[in-house]
Amino acid sequence: MAKQIEVAGLDAYYGAHKAIEDITMTIEPRTVTAFIGPSGCGKSTFLRTLNRMHEVVPGARVEGKVRLEDQDLYGPDVDPVSVRRTIGMVFQRPNPFPTMSIYDNVAAGLRLNGRFSRSELDGIVESSLKGANLWNEVKDRLNKPGSGLSGGQQQRLCIARAIAVRPQVLLMDEPCSALDPISTLAIEDLISSLKQDYTIVIVTHNMQQAARVSDKTAFFNLAGQGQPGKLIEMDDTSRIFTNPGQKATEDYITGRFG
Amino acid sequence: MTTVQTGIQPISTSRRVKDRVVQALVYLAFAIAVVPLLSVLWLVVKNGLARFDLEFLTHSMRNIGARDAGGGAYHAIIGTLEQVLLASLIAVPIGLLTAVYLVEYGAGGRLARWISFFVDVMTGVPSVVSGLFVLAFWVLALGMPFSGFAGAMALSILMMPVVVRSAEEMLRLVPNDLREASYALGVPKWRTIVKVVLPTAFTGIVTGVMLAVARVAGETAPLLLTVFFTDSINNDPFSGPQMGLPLYVFDQAGRPTDTAIDRAWTGALTLILIVMLLNLVARLIAWWRSPAKRG
Ligand SMILES: Nc1ncnc2c1ncn2[C@@H]1O[C@H](COP(=O)(O)OP(=O)(O)OP(=O)(O)O)[C@@H](O)[C@H]1O
Ligand SMILES: [Mg+2]
Repeated sequence: MAKQIEVAGLDAYYGAHKAIEDITMTIEPRTVTAFIGPSGCGKSTFLRTLNRMHEVVPGARVEGKVRLEDQDLYGPDVDPVSVRRTIGMVFQRPNPFPTMSIYDNVAAGLRLNGRFSRSELDGIVESSLKGANLWNEVKDRLNKPGSGLSGGQQQRLCIARAIAVRPQVLLMDEPCSALDPISTLAIEDLISSLKQDYTIVIVTHNMQQAARVSDKTAFFNLAGQGQPGKLIEMDDTSRIFTNPGQKATEDYITGRFG
Repeated sequence: MTTVQTGIQPISTSRRVKDRVVQALVYLAFAIAVVPLLSVLWLVVKNGLARFDLEFLTHSMRNIGARDAGGGAYHAIIGTLEQVLLASLIAVPIGLLTAVYLVEYGAGGRLARWISFFVDVMTGVPSVVSGLFVLAFWVLALGMPFSGFAGAMALSILMMPVVVRSAEEMLRLVPNDLREASYALGVPKWRTIVKVVLPTAFTGIVTGVMLAVARVAGETAPLLLTVFFTDSINNDPFSGPQMGLPLYVFDQAGRPTDTAIDRAWTGALTLILIVMLLNLVARLIAWWRSPAKRG
Protein backbone atom coordinates (compact mmCIF):
# COMPACT_ATOMS: atom_id res chain seq x y z
CA MET A 1 0.00 0.00 0.00
CA ALA A 2 2.69 2.51 0.98
CA LYS A 3 4.73 3.78 -1.91
CA GLN A 4 8.00 5.56 -2.49
CA ILE A 5 8.16 9.13 -3.77
CA GLU A 6 11.02 10.37 -5.89
CA VAL A 7 11.48 14.05 -6.59
CA ALA A 8 13.98 15.34 -9.13
CA GLY A 9 14.94 18.94 -9.97
CA LEU A 10 11.70 20.41 -8.74
CA ASP A 11 10.98 24.16 -8.89
CA ALA A 12 7.70 25.75 -7.79
CA TYR A 13 6.46 29.22 -8.63
CA TYR A 14 3.75 31.58 -7.43
CA GLY A 15 3.30 33.69 -10.56
CA ALA A 16 6.75 35.07 -11.29
CA HIS A 17 8.05 34.38 -7.77
CA LYS A 18 10.10 31.20 -7.49
CA ALA A 19 9.36 29.78 -4.05
CA ILE A 20 11.51 26.64 -4.13
CA GLU A 21 14.35 25.60 -6.40
CA ASP A 22 15.93 22.41 -7.60
CA ILE A 23 14.72 19.97 -4.99
CA THR A 24 15.78 16.36 -5.36
CA MET A 25 14.96 13.73 -2.76
CA THR A 26 13.60 10.26 -2.20
CA ILE A 27 10.89 9.64 0.38
CA GLU A 28 10.87 6.04 1.55
CA PRO A 29 7.70 4.00 2.05
CA ARG A 30 6.62 3.05 5.57
CA THR A 31 8.74 5.72 7.13
CA VAL A 32 8.04 9.13 8.60
CA THR A 33 9.92 11.92 6.89
CA ALA A 34 10.07 15.30 8.64
CA PHE A 35 10.58 18.64 6.87
CA ILE A 36 12.14 21.34 9.00
CA GLY A 37 13.40 24.83 8.25
CA PRO A 38 12.78 28.51 8.96
CA SER A 39 9.45 30.15 8.16
CA GLY A 40 8.95 31.00 4.50
CA CYS A 41 11.56 28.58 3.18
CA GLY A 42 8.96 26.69 1.18
CA LYS A 43 8.17 23.59 3.24
CA SER A 44 4.42 23.92 2.72
CA THR A 45 4.91 24.78 -0.92
CA PHE A 46 7.03 21.69 -1.48
CA LEU A 47 4.60 19.48 0.42
CA ARG A 48 1.77 20.74 -1.75
CA THR A 49 3.64 19.96 -4.96
CA LEU A 50 3.71 16.31 -3.90
CA ASN A 51 -0.06 15.86 -4.29
CA ARG A 52 -0.63 18.54 -6.92
CA MET A 53 -2.34 20.88 -4.49
CA HIS A 54 0.14 23.60 -5.41
CA GLU A 55 -1.54 24.32 -8.72
CA VAL A 56 -4.85 25.05 -6.97
CA VAL A 57 -3.44 28.50 -6.14
CA PRO A 58 -4.13 30.84 -9.08
CA GLY A 59 -0.95 31.49 -11.08
CA ALA A 60 1.06 28.76 -9.35
CA ARG A 61 3.05 26.23 -11.38
CA VAL A 62 5.62 23.49 -10.98
CA GLU A 63 8.64 22.39 -13.01
CA GLY A 64 10.54 19.15 -12.54
CA LYS A 65 9.61 15.58 -11.79
CA VAL A 66 7.71 13.81 -9.02
CA ARG A 67 7.34 10.04 -9.28
CA LEU A 68 5.20 7.79 -7.13
CA GLU A 69 6.91 4.40 -7.61
CA ASP A 70 6.86 4.19 -11.41
CA GLN A 71 4.23 6.84 -12.14
CA ASP A 72 5.07 10.39 -13.15
CA LEU A 73 2.64 12.56 -11.15
CA TYR A 74 3.09 15.49 -13.50
CA GLY A 75 2.75 13.43 -16.67
CA PRO A 76 0.69 14.98 -19.47
CA ASP A 77 -2.37 12.79 -19.01
CA VAL A 78 -2.35 12.36 -15.25
CA ASP A 79 -5.57 13.50 -13.55
CA PRO A 80 -4.64 15.68 -10.55
CA VAL A 81 -7.85 14.59 -8.84
CA SER A 82 -6.70 10.96 -8.84
CA VAL A 83 -3.28 12.02 -7.53
CA ARG A 84 -4.96 13.71 -4.57
CA ARG A 85 -7.04 10.63 -3.97
CA THR A 86 -3.82 8.59 -3.74
CA ILE A 87 -1.85 11.10 -1.67
CA GLY A 88 -3.86 12.45 1.24
CA MET A 89 -3.22 15.66 3.12
CA VAL A 90 -3.81 17.08 6.61
CA PHE A 91 -3.62 20.84 7.01
CA GLN A 92 -2.13 23.07 9.66
CA ARG A 93 -5.50 24.36 10.81
CA PRO A 94 -8.20 21.76 11.44
CA ASN A 95 -10.82 22.28 8.73
CA PRO A 96 -13.79 19.94 9.18
CA PHE A 97 -16.73 20.65 6.88
CA PRO A 98 -19.03 22.82 9.02
CA THR A 99 -22.26 21.68 7.38
CA MET A 100 -21.54 18.01 8.00
CA SER A 101 -21.80 15.77 11.04
CA ILE A 102 -18.79 13.89 12.42
CA TYR A 103 -19.89 10.80 10.51
CA ASP A 104 -20.41 12.71 7.27
CA ASN A 105 -17.04 14.41 7.62
CA VAL A 106 -15.25 11.09 7.77
CA ALA A 107 -17.39 9.66 4.98
CA ALA A 108 -17.04 12.81 2.87
CA GLY A 109 -14.12 11.65 0.73
CA LEU A 110 -15.86 8.35 0.00
CA ARG A 111 -19.31 9.80 -0.58
CA LEU A 112 -18.04 12.55 -2.81
CA ASN A 113 -16.10 10.06 -4.91
CA GLY A 114 -18.38 7.11 -5.41
CA ARG A 115 -21.15 4.88 -4.19
CA PHE A 116 -20.88 2.94 -0.99
CA SER A 117 -23.53 1.03 0.87
CA ARG A 118 -24.46 2.21 4.34
CA SER A 119 -22.84 -0.79 6.01
CA GLU A 120 -19.61 -0.35 4.05
CA LEU A 121 -19.54 3.30 5.07
CA ASP A 122 -20.26 2.44 8.70
CA GLY A 123 -17.32 0.06 8.70
CA ILE A 124 -14.89 2.50 7.10
CA VAL A 125 -15.99 5.39 9.32
CA GLU A 126 -15.50 3.30 12.43
CA SER A 127 -12.10 1.96 11.40
CA SER A 128 -10.90 5.41 10.31
CA LEU A 129 -11.99 7.03 13.57
CA LYS A 130 -10.31 4.21 15.47
CA GLY A 131 -7.22 4.70 13.35
CA ALA A 132 -7.23 8.37 14.28
CA ASN A 133 -7.66 7.59 18.00
CA LEU A 134 -10.97 9.41 18.09
CA TRP A 135 -13.56 6.65 18.11
CA ASN A 136 -14.03 6.39 21.85
CA GLU A 137 -14.55 10.12 22.21
CA VAL A 138 -17.15 10.50 19.47
CA LYS A 139 -18.87 7.15 19.03
CA ASP A 140 -21.97 8.38 20.89
CA ARG A 141 -22.34 11.57 18.90
CA LEU A 142 -21.52 10.70 15.32
CA ASN A 143 -24.47 12.77 14.12
CA LYS A 144 -23.38 15.96 15.86
CA PRO A 145 -21.59 18.63 13.81
CA GLY A 146 -17.84 18.16 13.43
CA SER A 147 -17.24 21.80 14.29
CA GLY A 148 -18.48 21.11 17.82
CA LEU A 149 -15.32 19.20 18.72
CA SER A 150 -12.25 20.61 20.44
CA GLY A 151 -9.32 21.72 18.27
CA GLY A 152 -7.34 18.55 18.89
CA GLN A 153 -10.37 16.37 18.23
CA GLN A 154 -11.08 18.31 15.05
CA GLN A 155 -7.54 17.71 13.85
CA ARG A 156 -7.87 13.99 14.54
CA LEU A 157 -11.21 14.11 12.72
CA CYS A 158 -9.38 15.59 9.74
CA ILE A 159 -6.82 12.80 9.94
CA ALA A 160 -9.64 10.25 10.05
CA ARG A 161 -11.18 11.93 7.03
CA ALA A 162 -7.87 11.77 5.18
CA ILE A 163 -7.21 8.08 5.93
CA ALA A 164 -10.81 7.05 5.19
CA VAL A 165 -10.10 7.23 1.46
CA ARG A 166 -7.15 4.84 1.92
CA PRO A 167 -4.38 6.97 0.45
CA GLN A 168 -0.92 5.54 -0.12
CA VAL A 169 0.85 8.58 1.21
CA LEU A 170 -0.18 11.00 3.95
CA LEU A 171 1.15 14.56 3.91
CA MET A 172 0.81 16.58 7.11
CA ASP A 173 1.52 20.30 7.25
CA GLU A 174 2.24 21.24 10.88
CA PRO A 175 -0.64 19.09 12.11
CA CYS A 176 0.03 19.88 15.77
CA SER A 177 0.81 23.58 15.67
CA ALA A 178 -2.63 24.56 16.97
CA LEU A 179 -2.83 21.84 19.59
CA ASP A 180 -2.12 21.36 23.29
CA PRO A 181 0.65 18.94 24.41
CA ILE A 182 -1.77 16.10 25.12
CA SER A 183 -3.46 16.26 21.73
CA THR A 184 -0.01 16.61 20.19
CA LEU A 185 1.11 13.41 21.88
CA ALA A 186 -2.05 11.66 20.72
CA ILE A 187 -1.30 12.69 17.15
CA GLU A 188 2.35 11.72 17.42
CA ASP A 189 1.32 8.27 18.66
CA LEU A 190 -1.08 8.12 15.78
CA ILE A 191 1.66 8.98 13.29
CA SER A 192 3.86 6.21 14.68
CA SER A 193 1.09 3.67 14.27
CA LEU A 194 0.05 4.90 10.82
CA LYS A 195 3.64 4.39 9.72
CA GLN A 196 2.96 0.65 9.34
CA ASP A 197 0.68 1.29 6.39
CA TYR A 198 1.47 4.68 4.96
CA THR A 199 4.30 6.78 3.69
CA ILE A 200 4.16 9.82 5.93
CA VAL A 201 5.60 13.28 5.44
CA ILE A 202 5.26 15.82 8.23
CA VAL A 203 6.20 19.50 8.30
CA THR A 204 7.03 20.73 11.77
CA HIS A 205 8.60 23.66 13.57
CA ASN A 206 9.06 21.57 16.65
CA MET A 207 12.53 20.02 16.74
CA GLN A 208 11.63 17.60 19.51
CA GLN A 209 8.66 16.46 17.51
CA ALA A 210 10.78 15.88 14.43
CA ALA A 211 13.25 13.95 16.56
CA ARG A 212 10.49 11.94 18.24
CA VAL A 213 8.38 10.86 15.29
CA SER A 214 10.52 10.86 12.18
CA ASP A 215 12.96 8.40 10.68
CA LYS A 216 14.33 10.81 8.08
CA THR A 217 14.65 14.57 8.32
CA ALA A 218 15.02 17.09 5.51
CA PHE A 219 16.28 20.58 6.29
CA PHE A 220 15.23 23.44 3.99
CA ASN A 221 16.64 26.93 4.00
CA LEU A 222 16.60 30.25 2.16
CA ALA A 223 19.74 31.76 0.73
CA GLY A 224 18.31 35.19 1.52
CA GLN A 225 15.27 37.44 1.43
CA GLY A 226 13.34 36.95 -1.83
CA GLN A 227 15.47 33.97 -2.84
CA PRO A 228 13.90 30.56 -3.47
CA GLY A 229 14.07 27.95 -0.72
CA LYS A 230 16.37 24.97 -1.17
CA LEU A 231 16.89 21.54 0.31
CA ILE A 232 20.08 21.79 2.36
CA GLU A 233 20.35 18.20 3.43
CA MET A 234 18.35 15.09 4.12
CA ASP A 235 19.47 12.18 6.25
CA ASP A 236 18.50 9.82 9.05
CA THR A 237 16.89 11.84 11.81
CA SER A 238 19.36 10.61 14.40
CA ARG A 239 22.22 11.80 12.22
CA ILE A 240 20.68 15.21 11.44
CA PHE A 241 20.19 15.87 15.13
CA THR A 242 23.54 14.61 16.35
CA ASN A 243 25.98 15.05 13.53
CA PRO A 244 24.58 17.06 10.60
CA GLY A 245 26.62 17.40 7.45
CA GLN A 246 26.08 21.11 7.03
CA LYS A 247 26.89 24.04 9.27
CA ALA A 248 23.52 25.70 8.50
CA THR A 249 21.64 22.64 9.70
CA GLU A 250 23.54 22.55 12.94
CA ASP A 251 22.96 26.27 13.50
CA TYR A 252 19.24 25.88 12.89
CA ILE A 253 18.83 22.85 15.11
CA THR A 254 20.80 24.29 17.97
CA GLY A 255 18.71 27.45 17.74
CA ARG A 256 21.41 29.82 16.55
CA PHE A 257 19.07 31.16 13.87
CA GLY A 258 15.57 30.72 12.43
CA MET B 1 10.76 62.14 25.14
CA THR B 2 7.06 62.32 25.80
CA THR B 3 5.88 60.51 28.84
CA VAL B 4 3.57 57.59 28.30
CA GLN B 5 0.99 56.99 30.99
CA THR B 6 1.33 53.54 32.38
CA GLY B 7 -0.63 51.54 34.88
CA ILE B 8 -4.31 50.75 35.15
CA GLN B 9 -6.50 53.84 35.22
CA PRO B 10 -10.22 54.56 35.54
CA ILE B 11 -12.00 55.42 32.27
CA SER B 12 -11.47 59.13 31.70
CA THR B 13 -14.43 61.52 31.82
CA SER B 14 -13.99 62.62 28.24
CA ARG B 15 -14.21 59.02 27.04
CA ARG B 16 -17.32 58.48 29.11
CA VAL B 17 -18.95 61.56 27.58
CA LYS B 18 -17.97 60.55 24.05
CA ASP B 19 -19.33 57.08 24.66
CA ARG B 20 -22.67 58.50 25.83
CA VAL B 21 -22.94 60.96 22.95
CA VAL B 22 -22.19 58.34 20.31
CA GLN B 23 -24.59 55.93 21.95
CA ALA B 24 -27.34 58.57 21.89
CA LEU B 25 -26.63 59.32 18.23
CA VAL B 26 -26.86 55.67 17.28
CA TYR B 27 -30.18 55.26 19.05
CA LEU B 28 -31.46 58.43 17.40
CA ALA B 29 -30.44 57.23 13.96
CA PHE B 30 -32.16 53.93 14.65
CA ALA B 31 -35.35 55.70 15.71
CA ILE B 32 -35.33 57.92 12.63
CA ALA B 33 -34.93 54.87 10.42
CA VAL B 34 -37.67 52.93 12.17
CA VAL B 35 -40.31 55.65 12.44
CA PRO B 36 -41.32 55.71 8.76
CA LEU B 37 -41.31 51.92 8.63
CA LEU B 38 -43.53 51.55 11.65
CA SER B 39 -45.88 54.34 10.59
CA VAL B 40 -46.37 52.77 7.16
CA LEU B 41 -46.98 49.37 8.73
CA TRP B 42 -49.40 50.87 11.23
CA LEU B 43 -51.30 52.75 8.52
CA VAL B 44 -51.55 49.71 6.27
CA VAL B 45 -52.74 47.47 9.09
CA LYS B 46 -55.22 50.03 10.40
CA ASN B 47 -56.76 50.80 7.03
CA GLY B 48 -56.36 47.34 5.54
CA LEU B 49 -58.00 45.31 8.30
CA ALA B 50 -61.50 46.61 7.39
CA ARG B 51 -61.68 44.53 4.23
CA PHE B 52 -59.27 41.76 5.20
CA ASP B 53 -61.89 39.02 5.05
CA LEU B 54 -62.61 35.74 3.33
CA GLU B 55 -64.41 37.41 0.46
CA PHE B 56 -61.39 39.55 -0.28
CA LEU B 57 -59.10 36.55 -0.35
CA THR B 58 -61.37 34.34 -2.46
CA HIS B 59 -63.10 36.63 -4.96
CA SER B 60 -61.99 38.61 -7.97
CA MET B 61 -63.28 41.96 -9.20
CA ARG B 62 -65.35 40.44 -11.97
CA ASN B 63 -68.84 41.93 -12.20
CA ILE B 64 -68.14 44.37 -9.40
CA GLY B 65 -69.49 47.74 -10.48
CA ALA B 66 -67.76 51.02 -9.90
CA ARG B 67 -69.83 51.81 -6.80
CA ASP B 68 -70.30 48.26 -5.49
CA ALA B 69 -68.90 47.17 -2.19
CA GLY B 70 -67.39 43.68 -1.88
CA GLY B 71 -65.06 42.18 -4.44
CA GLY B 72 -61.59 40.93 -3.73
CA ALA B 73 -58.06 40.36 -4.87
CA TYR B 74 -57.97 36.63 -5.44
CA HIS B 75 -57.01 37.13 -9.08
CA ALA B 76 -54.23 39.51 -8.06
CA ILE B 77 -52.90 37.19 -5.34
CA ILE B 78 -52.76 34.28 -7.77
CA GLY B 79 -51.10 36.51 -10.33
CA THR B 80 -48.45 37.81 -7.93
CA LEU B 81 -47.63 34.34 -6.61
CA GLU B 82 -47.30 32.88 -10.10
CA GLN B 83 -45.32 35.79 -11.48
CA VAL B 84 -42.90 35.90 -8.55
CA LEU B 85 -42.48 32.13 -8.65
CA LEU B 86 -41.76 32.14 -12.37
CA ALA B 87 -39.42 35.11 -12.02
CA SER B 88 -37.53 33.25 -9.28
CA LEU B 89 -37.36 30.12 -11.42
CA ILE B 90 -35.68 32.16 -14.12
CA ALA B 91 -33.52 34.47 -12.03
CA VAL B 92 -32.28 32.23 -9.22
CA PRO B 93 -30.57 29.53 -11.31
CA ILE B 94 -29.03 32.07 -13.68
CA GLY B 95 -28.01 34.36 -10.83
CA LEU B 96 -26.57 31.53 -8.76
CA LEU B 97 -24.62 30.08 -11.67
CA THR B 98 -23.29 33.54 -12.49
CA ALA B 99 -22.15 34.00 -8.90
CA VAL B 100 -20.50 30.56 -8.93
CA TYR B 101 -18.69 31.48 -12.13
CA LEU B 102 -17.53 34.81 -10.74
CA VAL B 103 -16.23 33.37 -7.48
CA GLU B 104 -15.01 29.89 -8.42
CA TYR B 105 -14.00 30.07 -12.06
CA GLY B 106 -13.66 33.68 -13.24
CA ALA B 107 -10.92 34.56 -10.74
CA GLY B 108 -10.67 38.21 -11.77
CA GLY B 109 -10.30 37.40 -15.46
CA ARG B 110 -11.49 39.66 -18.24
CA LEU B 111 -14.84 37.92 -18.73
CA ALA B 112 -15.51 37.97 -14.99
CA ARG B 113 -14.81 41.70 -14.85
CA TRP B 114 -17.18 42.34 -17.74
CA ILE B 115 -19.91 40.27 -16.11
CA SER B 116 -19.39 42.10 -12.83
CA PHE B 117 -19.66 45.41 -14.63
CA PHE B 118 -22.92 44.48 -16.33
CA VAL B 119 -24.39 43.14 -13.13
CA ASP B 120 -23.68 46.52 -11.58
CA VAL B 121 -25.35 48.21 -14.54
CA MET B 122 -28.36 45.93 -14.18
CA THR B 123 -28.66 46.79 -10.49
CA GLY B 124 -29.19 50.38 -11.51
CA VAL B 125 -31.78 49.72 -14.20
CA PRO B 126 -35.06 51.44 -13.28
CA SER B 127 -37.83 48.90 -13.02
CA VAL B 128 -39.91 50.50 -15.74
CA VAL B 129 -37.06 49.95 -18.19
CA SER B 130 -37.14 46.19 -17.62
CA GLY B 131 -40.87 46.31 -18.34
CA LEU B 132 -40.27 48.34 -21.49
CA PHE B 133 -37.63 45.88 -22.61
CA VAL B 134 -39.98 42.91 -22.33
CA LEU B 135 -42.75 44.92 -23.96
CA ALA B 136 -40.55 45.88 -26.89
CA PHE B 137 -38.83 42.51 -27.29
CA TRP B 138 -41.41 39.90 -26.30
CA VAL B 139 -44.73 41.58 -27.02
CA LEU B 140 -44.03 43.98 -29.88
CA ALA B 141 -41.12 42.35 -31.74
CA LEU B 142 -41.98 38.67 -31.22
CA GLY B 143 -45.72 39.29 -31.19
CA MET B 144 -46.33 37.36 -27.96
CA PRO B 145 -49.42 38.24 -25.93
CA PHE B 146 -49.46 40.04 -22.61
CA SER B 147 -49.18 37.37 -19.92
CA GLY B 148 -48.02 36.61 -16.44
CA PHE B 149 -44.95 35.03 -17.97
CA ALA B 150 -44.01 38.28 -19.71
CA GLY B 151 -44.31 39.98 -16.32
CA ALA B 152 -42.17 37.27 -14.74
CA MET B 153 -39.46 37.93 -17.32
CA ALA B 154 -39.47 41.62 -16.50
CA LEU B 155 -39.29 40.84 -12.79
CA SER B 156 -36.50 38.32 -13.31
CA ILE B 157 -34.38 41.03 -14.94
CA LEU B 158 -34.73 42.99 -11.71
CA MET B 159 -34.08 39.98 -9.50
CA MET B 160 -31.00 38.68 -11.21
CA PRO B 161 -28.45 41.29 -10.15
CA VAL B 162 -29.65 41.13 -6.55
CA VAL B 163 -29.28 37.34 -6.54
CA VAL B 164 -25.84 37.50 -8.19
CA ARG B 165 -24.48 40.10 -5.78
CA SER B 166 -25.75 38.49 -2.60
CA ALA B 167 -24.78 34.95 -3.65
CA GLU B 168 -21.35 36.18 -4.72
CA GLU B 169 -20.86 37.77 -1.33
CA MET B 170 -21.87 34.58 0.45
CA LEU B 171 -19.66 32.33 -1.70
CA ARG B 172 -16.68 34.57 -1.02
CA LEU B 173 -17.27 34.10 2.71
CA VAL B 174 -16.75 30.34 2.41
CA PRO B 175 -13.19 29.79 3.71
CA ASN B 176 -10.71 28.59 1.13
CA ASP B 177 -9.57 25.96 3.65
CA LEU B 178 -12.78 24.04 3.02
CA ARG B 179 -12.27 23.99 -0.73
CA GLU B 180 -8.69 22.80 -0.24
CA ALA B 181 -9.77 20.17 2.27
CA SER B 182 -12.16 18.83 -0.32
CA TYR B 183 -9.65 18.90 -3.18
CA ALA B 184 -7.14 17.11 -0.96
CA LEU B 185 -9.64 14.25 -0.58
CA GLY B 186 -9.58 13.84 -4.34
CA VAL B 187 -12.94 15.49 -4.92
CA PRO B 188 -13.25 17.22 -8.31
CA LYS B 189 -13.86 20.95 -8.35
CA TRP B 190 -17.48 20.84 -9.49
CA ARG B 191 -18.41 18.37 -6.75
CA THR B 192 -16.58 20.48 -4.22
CA ILE B 193 -18.73 23.41 -5.26
CA VAL B 194 -21.96 21.42 -5.17
CA LYS B 195 -21.32 19.45 -1.99
CA VAL B 196 -19.14 21.73 0.11
CA VAL B 197 -19.22 25.36 -1.03
CA LEU B 198 -22.93 25.79 -1.80
CA PRO B 199 -24.17 23.99 1.34
CA THR B 200 -21.85 26.13 3.48
CA ALA B 201 -23.23 29.30 1.91
CA PHE B 202 -26.81 28.01 1.77
CA THR B 203 -28.35 30.11 4.55
CA GLY B 204 -26.88 33.32 3.20
CA ILE B 205 -27.95 32.53 -0.35
CA VAL B 206 -31.54 31.88 0.79
CA THR B 207 -31.57 35.24 2.56
CA GLY B 208 -30.33 36.94 -0.59
CA VAL B 209 -32.97 35.27 -2.73
CA MET B 210 -35.65 36.39 -0.28
CA LEU B 211 -34.42 39.96 -0.49
CA ALA B 212 -34.67 39.74 -4.26
CA VAL B 213 -38.19 38.30 -4.04
CA ALA B 214 -39.26 41.02 -1.63
CA ARG B 215 -37.83 43.60 -3.97
CA VAL B 216 -39.75 42.48 -7.05
CA ALA B 217 -42.99 41.45 -5.38
CA GLY B 218 -43.94 45.09 -4.97
CA GLU B 219 -43.00 46.26 -8.47
CA THR B 220 -45.85 47.93 -10.36
CA ALA B 221 -44.39 49.57 -13.43
CA PRO B 222 -42.98 46.47 -15.18
CA LEU B 223 -46.25 44.61 -14.62
CA LEU B 224 -48.29 47.44 -16.10
CA LEU B 225 -46.40 47.02 -19.36
CA THR B 226 -46.29 43.21 -19.49
CA VAL B 227 -49.11 41.39 -17.69
CA PHE B 228 -51.47 44.17 -18.68
CA PHE B 229 -54.51 44.16 -16.46
CA THR B 230 -57.64 42.20 -15.70
CA ASP B 231 -60.55 42.04 -13.24
CA SER B 232 -61.05 38.31 -13.74
CA ILE B 233 -59.26 35.25 -12.49
CA ASN B 234 -56.65 33.92 -14.91
CA ASN B 235 -54.81 30.95 -13.49
CA ASP B 236 -52.66 30.45 -16.56
CA PRO B 237 -49.57 32.67 -16.46
CA PHE B 238 -48.71 31.77 -20.05
CA SER B 239 -51.71 33.17 -21.81
CA GLY B 240 -53.80 36.26 -21.49
CA PRO B 241 -53.59 39.25 -19.18
CA GLN B 242 -53.14 38.61 -15.49
CA MET B 243 -53.28 40.76 -12.42
CA GLY B 244 -50.79 41.37 -9.66
CA LEU B 245 -51.20 42.80 -6.18
CA PRO B 246 -49.18 45.97 -6.84
CA LEU B 247 -51.27 46.59 -9.97
CA TYR B 248 -54.42 45.95 -7.97
CA VAL B 249 -53.43 48.47 -5.33
CA PHE B 250 -52.51 50.97 -8.00
CA ASP B 251 -55.83 50.48 -9.77
CA GLN B 252 -58.08 50.55 -6.72
CA ALA B 253 -56.33 53.50 -5.16
CA GLY B 254 -57.04 55.50 -8.30
CA ARG B 255 -60.78 54.98 -8.07
CA PRO B 256 -63.00 57.63 -6.50
CA THR B 257 -65.08 55.50 -4.09
CA ASP B 258 -64.28 54.66 -0.48
CA THR B 259 -64.89 50.95 -1.03
CA ALA B 260 -62.18 50.93 -3.70
CA ILE B 261 -59.75 52.81 -1.45
CA ASP B 262 -60.38 50.24 1.29
CA ARG B 263 -59.64 47.45 -1.16
CA ALA B 264 -56.37 49.15 -2.08
CA TRP B 265 -55.28 49.23 1.59
CA THR B 266 -56.19 45.60 2.06
CA GLY B 267 -54.32 44.73 -1.13
CA ALA B 268 -51.21 46.42 0.28
CA LEU B 269 -51.63 44.57 3.57
CA THR B 270 -51.95 41.26 1.72
CA LEU B 271 -48.80 41.97 -0.25
CA ILE B 272 -46.85 42.70 2.93
CA LEU B 273 -48.17 39.53 4.53
CA ILE B 274 -47.22 37.43 1.49
CA VAL B 275 -43.65 38.74 1.53
CA MET B 276 -43.43 38.16 5.28
CA LEU B 277 -44.78 34.66 4.90
CA LEU B 278 -42.29 33.83 2.15
CA ASN B 279 -39.54 35.18 4.38
CA LEU B 280 -40.67 32.99 7.22
CA VAL B 281 -40.72 29.92 5.00
CA ALA B 282 -37.20 30.71 3.79
CA ARG B 283 -35.97 31.13 7.37
CA LEU B 284 -37.52 27.78 8.25
CA ILE B 285 -35.79 26.11 5.32
CA ALA B 286 -32.47 27.70 6.29
CA TRP B 287 -32.90 26.65 9.90
CA TRP B 288 -33.90 23.16 8.95
CA ARG B 289 -30.77 22.81 6.81
CA SER B 290 -28.37 24.34 9.32
CA PRO B 291 -26.01 22.17 11.37
CA ALA B 292 -27.01 24.06 14.53
CA LYS B 293 -30.32 22.26 14.47
CA ARG B 294 -28.60 18.93 14.72
CA GLY B 295 -26.16 20.18 17.33
N1 LIG C 1 -0.46 31.58 -2.04
C1 LIG C 1 0.74 32.16 -2.20
N2 LIG C 1 0.90 33.14 -3.11
C2 LIG C 1 2.10 33.74 -3.29
N3 LIG C 1 3.20 33.42 -2.61
C3 LIG C 1 3.11 32.46 -1.68
C4 LIG C 1 1.87 31.79 -1.43
N4 LIG C 1 2.07 30.88 -0.45
C5 LIG C 1 3.36 31.00 -0.09
N5 LIG C 1 4.00 31.94 -0.82
C6 LIG C 1 5.42 32.33 -0.75
O1 LIG C 1 6.21 31.19 -0.97
C7 LIG C 1 7.31 31.16 -0.06
C8 LIG C 1 7.29 29.84 0.70
O2 LIG C 1 6.14 29.78 1.51
P1 LIG C 1 5.69 28.50 2.32
O3 LIG C 1 4.31 28.71 2.81
O4 LIG C 1 5.92 27.30 1.49
O5 LIG C 1 6.73 28.54 3.53
P2 LIG C 1 6.83 27.56 4.79
O6 LIG C 1 8.21 27.02 4.78
O7 LIG C 1 5.71 26.61 4.81
O8 LIG C 1 6.71 28.60 5.97
P3 LIG C 1 6.01 28.36 7.40
O9 LIG C 1 6.95 27.56 8.19
O10 LIG C 1 5.87 29.75 7.94
O11 LIG C 1 4.70 27.69 7.18
C9 LIG C 1 7.16 32.37 0.84
O12 LIG C 1 8.04 33.36 0.35
C10 LIG C 1 5.74 32.80 0.66
O13 LIG C 1 5.64 34.19 0.75
MG1 LIG D 1 3.95 26.34 6.03
